[in-house]
Amino acid sequence: MDALEIARWQFGITTVYHFMMVPLTIGLGLVVAVIQTMWHRTGKPEYLRMTKFWGKLFLINFIMGVATGIVQEFQFGMAWSEYSRFVGDVFGAPLAMEALLAFFVESTFLGLWIFGWKQLKPAVHLACLWIAVIGSAFSAYFIIVANSWMQHPVGVEMINGRPVMTDAWAVFTNNTALVAVPHTLFGALAVAGAFLLGIAWYHLWRRRHDGIDTIGADGKVIPGEAAIPGRDRTDHAVWIRSLRIGAVVAMISFAGTAVTGDLQGKLMFEQQPMKMAAAEAACHDGTGFSILSVGNVGSKNCDDVVAVIEVPGILSFLAKGDFTTEVKGVNSLLDQYKADYGTNLPDNPIYGDRAGQEIQYVPVMEVTYWGFRMMIGFGGVAALAALAALWLTRKGTVPASRGLMRLAVFGILAPFGANAAGWIFTEMGRQPFVVAPNPDPSGIDQVFMFTAAAVSPGVSAGELLTSLVVLTAVYAVLLVVEVKLLVKYIRGGVVAAMPELAHVPADENEDAAPRDGGPGRPGEADDVLAFAY
Amino acid sequence: MELLPTIWFIAIAVLWTGYLFLEGFDLGVGMLMKGFARNNTERRVLLNTVGPVWDGNEVWLLTAGGATFAAFPLWYASLFSALYLPLLLVLVALIFRAVAFEYRGKVDNPRWRARWDWAISLGSLVAAFGVGAALALTTTGLPLNANGDREGGPFAWFSAYAVLGGLAVVGFSLLHGLAFLALKTDGDVRHRARRWFVRLLPVLLLPIAGWAVSLQLLSGEVWTVLAVVAAVVAAVVAWNFARKGAEGRAFLSLGAFLLLGSASIFGAAFPVVLPSTLNPAFNLTISNASSSDYTLGLMTIVACIGLPLVLAYQAWTYWVFRRRVSDAHIPDAHSFLPAIAAKALAPKD
Repeated sequence: MDALEIARWQFGITTVYHFMMVPLTIGLGLVVAVIQTMWHRTGKPEYLRMTKFWGKLFLINFIMGVATGIVQEFQFGMAWSEYSRFVGDVFGAPLAMEALLAFFVESTFLGLWIFGWKQLKPAVHLACLWIAVIGSAFSAYFIIVANSWMQHPVGVEMINGRPVMTDAWAVFTNNTALVAVPHTLFGALAVAGAFLLGIAWYHLWRRRHDGIDTIGADGKVIPGEAAIPGRDRTDHAVWIRSLRIGAVVAMISFAGTAVTGDLQGKLMFEQQPMKMAAAEAACHDGTGFSILSVGNVGSKNCDDVVAVIEVPGILSFLAKGDFTTEVKGVNSLLDQYKADYGTNLPDNPIYGDRAGQEIQYVPVMEVTYWGFRMMIGFGGVAALAALAALWLTRKGTVPASRGLMRLAVFGILAPFGANAAGWIFTEMGRQPFVVAPNPDPSGIDQVFMFTAAAVSPGVSAGELLTSLVVLTAVYAVLLVVEVKLLVKYIRGGVVAAMPELAHVPADENEDAAPRDGGPGRPGEADDVLAFAY
Repeated sequence: MELLPTIWFIAIAVLWTGYLFLEGFDLGVGMLMKGFARNNTERRVLLNTVGPVWDGNEVWLLTAGGATFAAFPLWYASLFSALYLPLLLVLVALIFRAVAFEYRGKVDNPRWRARWDWAISLGSLVAAFGVGAALALTTTGLPLNANGDREGGPFAWFSAYAVLGGLAVVGFSLLHGLAFLALKTDGDVRHRARRWFVRLLPVLLLPIAGWAVSLQLLSGEVWTVLAVVAAVVAAVVAWNFARKGAEGRAFLSLGAFLLLGSASIFGAAFPVVLPSTLNPAFNLTISNASSSDYTLGLMTIVACIGLPLVLAYQAWTYWVFRRRVSDAHIPDAHSFLPAIAAKALAPKD
């Protein structure tokens, strides 16, 4: 592997990893904010417990997103200095704004939320969480504005060989970003939905398994109590409500990703037709959507690919909204790309050994074809599972089946898979460009950059390999640690996140006391550490 | 003289100074987790002084980096790629440190805690050293060619200035951490921190003074030399306040020291943002490394709205958590957890 390939692997690995933590942060943050709002409104103890339990898991995960996020900002300059020089005038601004207008908000107000349970008035404390959640949504917006400019450059002019921003409004309202932001946010919510569903299912199952909850003659659940702190009737309410919220969130967010994804697809057929043709492994012009294509879809030779099952008209519908318009395939696009952007890389030293080589305009089709289908497949499976979960739990608890419980728990991974597949598809599908040309005929189509020109010329393959190995190893270790901690706190249940439950008798009303300014009123000597490290 | 690039040079100097002022003390407190803190309760006192704020402080680093990318892309690209391995080390240090803050208390086990204590302590040390080295090298220069790329291999950046800058930020952070602990804790930790502060101030500020003075010799101006003198005065004042037990004023005087020292350093470097040690013609300056006036203008508007807001709500955070922390406030570790969880867990069948 040369420097470019190592740098690409590193960017891919660190980004996919970072984007396992981030959707859970965004999605779960919103869910916890809603739950705490419900507690604030109703004072019901189960909502406080839900806030504490899901809040704990949220924080264990949040920190990993923060820690791995720093790598993201640094590695543009470290590994991709030519890219940074080329795009800095337009790409740096959303990154700086993300830090200044979003990260500060997110980190500061989350700190207030974590430590401010007793210092702050309940309404102010709740507001801090909402502000942090809004901050994280803003950070998604800014980073997607930056990414969307790589997918579809707008608002710039080429001056001295570099794009210079001339229209900030165009950059920040790039239509690519306006559909990608909701798509990403719904994708994040889907992760949170499946997370709640799977974990709540496990706890409901365990309550049945332990004989705490039983089924009455009418098939409805009879919640019981065990002589263990936190395993009372409120506990049942915690899990069944969490499960229902999770299922509903998962279904809504699947619908959201489908609608926004369809809009996104239609834009992409215009903006990056080759990406979409490669998503189809469609070599020839046509209207059919492939359910299954065999042969070597990764082959550069299109004759190898045979569509086994194809639904006529669907591809046209995805691209244009009707069933008859022919969609261009790889072969005809290839001629167009060669005519517009050249057949060989320029003889410029920034291409290193690749200077003068023939340009491969077709992305790796195995990745785009299967990435696209995995994204939709995982998302769809999660939504169907959520619907089934609502049906199966209509009597107030989950079936006693251990297999179903395991399925629900492993189902947590499905939206993670959909998110990862979606990003891998959209980034790999953009190749060989790091900044894809905007085919709009307004003269902007010369703003593009080949990935081969983007890597740092002064950084050796050895340095890149070192960082790839180090970061991958560190991330692997931390993933194990995070998952172990999550599992520990998930198994511990509410009481693990709410030690006070173990000390007070499990009286329903005790839970709600701090909200009314009971023992935790500001001004007491010992209340400094509400959520101490 | 170009107005907007100059404004952004100052803005980036302000962001770095803000970073060193704020994260400076939490890096220092992090380092003090080993050597200074004597037992688990004291370590938790230390952690809880910075707990609510360290993450917000670290965003100053991200903002300084992002603002450099936006305002001076060529500076950002050259500096970050030239310092590839040291910055990798900084990243790893920051990752472990951040995770350690959050995970340390999540398992009630001395071995678990000891590991994360090392992660916090070493992570803070390495991060402070690396950031200091990078900042020193951006003022004294790197072997850059005409394209702004490093010549001479992965370690060509190494110089005495890298070590000096690294020690400078480590020393300052340690002292700042002591000042912060004296201000934010009570009991034994408070008094020990103050004693250490008084005793160690001359040693800990020596490297940063060395960096500031050597830069004056390279490219100083009258006002930057005066700033160095004023910084030294501020350090003496801080020392005197600490000796008298005026912890708040000692902390603020040390802050003034940082402000003046940083003004003298960035002021002496101006208008060069990153010199080339190979050929002065390859120097990156505020003119040849900056973004367009349009982008800088946009960023100026955003910063004028964003930065005061950040200062306001971060100040409010410090107000909310203004109370001193002492070991009396540290609740028991969550030792019940394994017991309860074990009981609550379904019997494995």
